[in-house]
Amino acid sequence: MTVTASASQARPPVQRWLLIWVLALAAVLVVFMLQDRLPWAVNYPAEAVVPVADWVSALMGWIKSNLSWLTRSITTVLGVPLDFALNFLAKNFKFGHGVDAYVLPRLSWVGVCAVAFLAGHAVGGRKLSLLVGGCFLYIALFGQWTSAMLTLALISIAVPFCILTGLFAGIWAWRKPWAERLIVSPALDLMQTIPTFAYLIPMLLLFGNSPVSAMIATAIFATPPMVRATMLGLNRVPLEIGEFSDMAGCTARQKLWRVLLPSARPTLMVGVNQVIMLALNMVIIASMIGAGGLGYDVLLALRALKVGEAMEAGLAIVALAIALDRLSQAMAHKQAKGHLHQQANRGLWRRYPNLTLAIAILAVTTLLGLFVPAFAAVPKAVTFTTAPLWKAAVNWVTINFFDIIEAFRVALILNVLNPVRAFCEGFPWLGAVFLLSLAGYQLSGLRLAALVAALTAFCAVTGLWEKTMATVYLCGISAFIACLIGIPIGLAAARSDRFEKIITPVIDTLQVLPSFCFIIPVVMLFRVGDVTAMIATVAFAVVPAIRYTNHGIRQVSPALIEAAKVSGCTPRQTFFRVQLPLALPEIMLGVNQTILMALAMVIICAMVGTRDLGQEVFIALSKADSGRGIVAGLAIAFIGIVADRLFSAWTAKARARLG
Amino acid sequence: MTEAIEQRAAQPGTDARPVKLACRNVWKLFGANAANFIRERDGKASMADVTAAGLVGAVRAVDLEIRQGEIFIIMGLSGSGKSTLVRCMSRLVEPTHGKVEFEGKDLLKISDAALIELRRHRMGMVFQNFALLPHLNVLDNIAFPLSIQGQDRSTREARAREVIELVGLRGREHFYPRELSGGQQQRVGIARSLATKPEIWFLDEPFSALDPLIRREMQDELMRLQTMLHKTIVFITHDFDEAIRLADRIAIMKDGEVIQIGTPEELVVNPATDYVAEFTRDVDRAKVISARSLMRTCDGAEHGGTVAPEAKISSFSASIVAAGKPFAVVNGSGKPIGEVTPQAVIGLLAGIDKPRAGA
Repeated sequence: MTVTASASQARPPVQRWLLIWVLALAAVLVVFMLQDRLPWAVNYPAEAVVPVADWVSALMGWIKSNLSWLTRSITTVLGVPLDFALNFLAKNFKFGHGVDAYVLPRLSWVGVCAVAFLAGHAVGGRKLSLLVGGCFLYIALFGQWTSAMLTLALISIAVPFCILTGLFAGIWAWRKPWAERLIVSPALDLMQTIPTFAYLIPMLLLFGNSPVSAMIATAIFATPPMVRATMLGLNRVPLEIGEFSDMAGCTARQKLWRVLLPSARPTLMVGVNQVIMLALNMVIIASMIGAGGLGYDVLLALRALKVGEAMEAGLAIVALAIALDRLSQAMAHKQAKGHLHQQANRGLWRRYPNLTLAIAILAVTTLLGLFVPAFAAVPKAVTFTTAPLWKAAVNWVTINFFDIIEAFRVALILNVLNPVRAFCEGFPWLGAVFLLSLAGYQLSGLRLAALVAALTAFCAVTGLWEKTMATVYLCGISAFIACLIGIPIGLAAARSDRFEKIITPVIDTLQVLPSFCFIIPVVMLFRVGDVTAMIATVAFAVVPAIRYTNHGIRQVSPALIEAAKVSGCTPRQTFFRVQLPLALPEIMLGVNQTILMALAMVIICAMVGTRDLGQEVFIALSKADSGRGIVAGLAIAFIGIVADRLFSAWTAKARARLG
Repeated sequence: MTEAIEQRAAQPGTDARPVKLACRNVWKLFGANAANFIRERDGKASMADVTAAGLVGAVRAVDLEIRQGEIFIIMGLSGSGKSTLVRCMSRLVEPTHGKVEFEGKDLLKISDAALIELRRHRMGMVFQNFALLPHLNVLDNIAFPLSIQGQDRSTREARAREVIELVGLRGREHFYPRELSGGQQQRVGIARSLATKPEIWFLDEPFSALDPLIRREMQDELMRLQTMLHKTIVFITHDFDEAIRLADRIAIMKDGEVIQIGTPEELVVNPATDYVAEFTRDVDRAKVISARSLMRTCDGAEHGGTVAPEAKISSFSASIVAAGKPFAVVNGSGKPIGEVTPQAVIGLLAGIDKPRAGA
């Protein structure tokens, strides 16, 4: 008795907050009940909508008419290397016009496949060689070669650009702490919370519907991990190595380029891998603003509901993604080895045998392509398509299991989706602003409260409240289900090494796949609608929940677990009283990531007919309505930022409590 | 602190070698406005003053002189400021106050370019965790300091091979650091710091990351190198046994201050404070104390042998006990200046009698 009394005395703040929350919820409920009397508090009055969209349209119009010389010259300049890459890999070079046009062929597919085998062998041995080469061969044989090479060309131009920009931005932020604090870190946070979709509109407006604007969007989207990796890598170089370079008498430049950056290579290579994967993801999405390639094939097929074709293009994306990921990862892990001394002046061939061989193969096969058509383009005879097969399979499933699937779908809509949707869309905007800023205040203080309130109010004031809440509902429910599935899987993986071994390749693969690919199989079974969007989102967003939970539990120090065991904890007690509480911050970080990924995915699911902000952006994209699109994009970004900041504050608080 | 200085000053002329590196009232304070704090007080402040101002005193009022060719050891427990002090000496850490003189020239006043030049050619440093570059093999690691000076490949590799030979790493030229054991890695670190033929050699706890057997082997190796190279060595350690094994002189640090500077024998025989005494308590005295410290004036008894005044007790303890007679302590010209009795040696070995200061 006395114990509980003293315990409750010791924590009045918690009780006070409980009371405050009860009162706040009651107040919101009252507002909701009184919605006939106070309609402005529930639905934002249409006449008070601030026409931000019109302002933005006007601004963009001004930019377009006054700065078009700039955007146009950027397009032209960037277009040169891009066109070269596109021609080189996919389209052939054409000089002149009409019948007289002289055509220089693109790289032969045979050569590229052979180089893929060779590259795999060079960095990772036979297994990797088979995987990477197999992926390229698959793409060729399934008739996706040209599209895949278009995509690859875009990536191959965007990635070096991202890496260089990221490297220099990272170095700058590392050198100048004020730049990191005031410019780079906030910019990175913002760039990573904004869903992919929101990048497309300004690019479309400024640079038109072209591969160049797709490339710029890709470059912006894929740069942040390189900046972070650079900062992290440089900060992680042991202090002594920096001191050594000073004592050896390095100048500042020698220190950076000859000591610090090479020492940070492993971390930098992780950044490069992430850049490549994000670039692939974005290039696929950017097909909506003219990137072309595999993403465009998927988009066209989905629009026409040609499930088989969509599936084929989607699988080609998967193949490309896996090949690029494994190749770049192997490169990251590969260390210089061998005790053979390399003489300074040996021939190119001796020093870089693989590179020379690759160039030779490409040259020979491409030249052969001039005379043997089979080398220039994948001959129709060897390609085969599985589209009819997929179609037949889907037909078979829909015919035989239609009732079950339909019952599942309807039950989900009626019992889960619709009630939540009604709740969300009916939620008073004033109440949401109030509750969220209250949460912000409790978790961090006035600044966060003000930020959250302002961002939430923006969504209402611009007249997008209902669409915002539709997004929140779908995103929330998907993230919730993803956590419900992911956290237990993560816990199970943390407790069993065998299970972890099974689950790791699965989540690795899931993480590599561009978001587009998740929609395709689901849409085959559940057709368009919220259910499809939800299932695809769950599949996409489940990865961080699993990964962070597993990692969180496993990182609990073995000494603590031993201490628990020695104190006589049962395994159950050890788990619930020691491991879980200590892993909680990490798990919450995973939940945060899950929410952000769910948000990004929900927006993309506009393609399968949701009715939220994503659809707003989608429509704006097709109508090139800049104001509407940008405001909707901002609203999406703001949802992400609010969720991210609240969760980060919560995690930081939990971390601080655990010390 | 001042006592220690006076103690050195009280024995003038014992060392005629020129001063290579000197610290004159060197301070390193961390915290806001530290430079003003110490300047306003004219370079004088007590521990209490520093703490009251909300500053952390990593190095406080250090005065010391390191002579050419000596092994000068800075000894202290972790947090005593020894690593910060050695970094002040090489200006890896900018001292808050005071002077660091390299051959009489204030190191803190020279330009960045001159500092780079100085470090390239006249200073070398070995690090506790080796600080080898992971992307370079042994040969390239060792040649690295030469390569940044712009030496061409064949010249620098020839020099690198010389030092590889010197530290006994031949055959490992093309290994990468991660393929070497800790001891081998530190040999690379040593070779690398020697490649530029430095005059002053900073060793920051070079053997602390190695296990005891390897540590001993590396200490012997260092002694061997020093007999060939005669560098001026500043050696940091937290291990008093290591200090005694290697040192010409030792400076003991505590809380950023140098408490005492002296030869191992002086520290053992005349500890300035209880703190120093605590360190020296478990030392094998017979290996530190010389005949000079233990001798008394001759009382006419028959001598069983002669020893030099610098001879450590351990070098003749067995024979003096066997002989059962006092040994005469003779100076360079063979003239007896005193004697050491077997009783005194036995007393010392058994830890009964604390020896008094010499003569």
